[in-house]
Amino acid sequence: MLDLSIEPDDHAILGELSARVSPGDRICLLGPSGIGKTTLLNAIAGLDPGVAGGVRSGDSSPRIGYLFQEHRLLPWRTLQQNLRLVGVSGGEAEELLMAVGLAGKADYFPDQLSLGMARRAALARCLAIRPQLLLMDEPFASLDPDTAGTLKSLIQGILDAHPGMAMICVTHDAGDAETLANRLWYLDGKPARLQWDGPVESAGAVRHCLDGLRLGARA
Amino acid sequence: MISHAGRAPAWTYWVVLPSVILLWALAAMVLDSNLLPAPTRVMATLLDEAANGQLWYHLGATLGRVIIAFSVAMALGTAIGLAMGRSAVTNALFDPLLVVLLNLPALVTIILMYVWFGLVETAAVLAVVINKVPNVAVTVREGARSLDSRLEQMARVYRFTRWQRFREVWVPQLFPYLMAATRGGLALIWKIVLVVELLGRSNGVGFQLHMAFQVFDVATILAYSLAFITIVQLIELAILQPLDRRANRWRQPGVAHA
Repeated sequence: MLDLSIEPDDHAILGELSARVSPGDRICLLGPSGIGKTTLLNAIAGLDPGVAGGVRSGDSSPRIGYLFQEHRLLPWRTLQQNLRLVGVSGGEAEELLMAVGLAGKADYFPDQLSLGMARRAALARCLAIRPQLLLMDEPFASLDPDTAGTLKSLIQGILDAHPGMAMICVTHDAGDAETLANRLWYLDGKPARLQWDGPVESAGAVRHCLDGLRLGARA
Repeated sequence: MISHAGRAPAWTYWVVLPSVILLWALAAMVLDSNLLPAPTRVMATLLDEAANGQLWYHLGATLGRVIIAFSVAMALGTAIGLAMGRSAVTNALFDPLLVVLLNLPALVTIILMYVWFGLVETAAVLAVVINKVPNVAVTVREGARSLDSRLEQMARVYRFTRWQRFREVWVPQLFPYLMAATRGGLALIWKIVLVVELLGRSNGVGFQLHMAFQVFDVATILAYSLAFITIVQLIELAILQPLDRRANRWRQPGVAHA
């Protein structure tokens, strides 16, 4: 069980916020653009010095895999070296790359890869630390529909293979929420708070979020 | 094939320098004076000095001082530059001192070190280090200010150790700055070392220049200068350029698609 608590930050982007996240929770975080969704992810990962709080697992801080919008692999290290830097062996690195469809690319440098491939390599790094919590910041942004579709089914497969892992995924797209999530968070207001926290099965929850996003047409 | 507008053909390299040497040879012939020896005489002096071992002894002494002063100055300057680039308070504290040191003439430092510590090796090397550290610090500070905060966040999420953060995240980003400091450093340091040797050491290229100056032996002066210029060029070709190429391997073009 992960306990999430955020104190209001210096810049008044985030308000007070607390939630419990269970293993296997797949949360999609929706909200108007610029409301502070990335700030919230950073706060959860403990990356925002202006925000007190974060996520705890009992007395310890959980292992967090963070798929940033940019790949943030070290450009001067090969994929294999990038993975080994977070603590896996060479063999495990090969397996992880194979798992994200990058078999044979171990010796490539990140900038030699297309955007979609680099994002998959970054996903492999998330998995390398066997995360208790996987954070994703708009994983399908700026990918063409085919590449985004491939990545989406890849992520679905990974979530199925790791039933004990929790996920929080920022997205703009209601379709992502419907396919990936079993729980929805809706962030809004100034300072931003969780205006909605409910299971994704509830059609009302989805519609509420979609209305909020003014994407009602898709519901 | 992309054409490089700024790239000149290879023969251009062989125009100006040979012409200067030719002019020098002509002038030496016309003047026929010991104060302007012909290139051939300088070459002969160089070979003589190499054969009797003097050249290697003094080059070695100078090179040793250059290497020690360079290493200490780079290490200190990098540490100070990083600290100043990463912290506004540290920067504000030390910036005035840096400005003073940057504008302190090398000669003043050398004289002060010799006056305070005596004509000893430590004073000599210290004088060079004090002259060079501010330049390194200023260059590395620029680099430290441009460190990518996004990679910094990544390193925190994935719990990089301090050493990993330094070696894997910082050094590659600082590399161009460190190389600039290295190149500027070598050029500056060996010139200062010569002055240090001239003023207070009993070996090294600077000492030899001093001896030659006293008897107006221009051939020896030019021979030693040439020898040292050659060494610095060799360091550039044999160490710095390969290092550059190795560090920039990841910038190679060619993109895989899937």
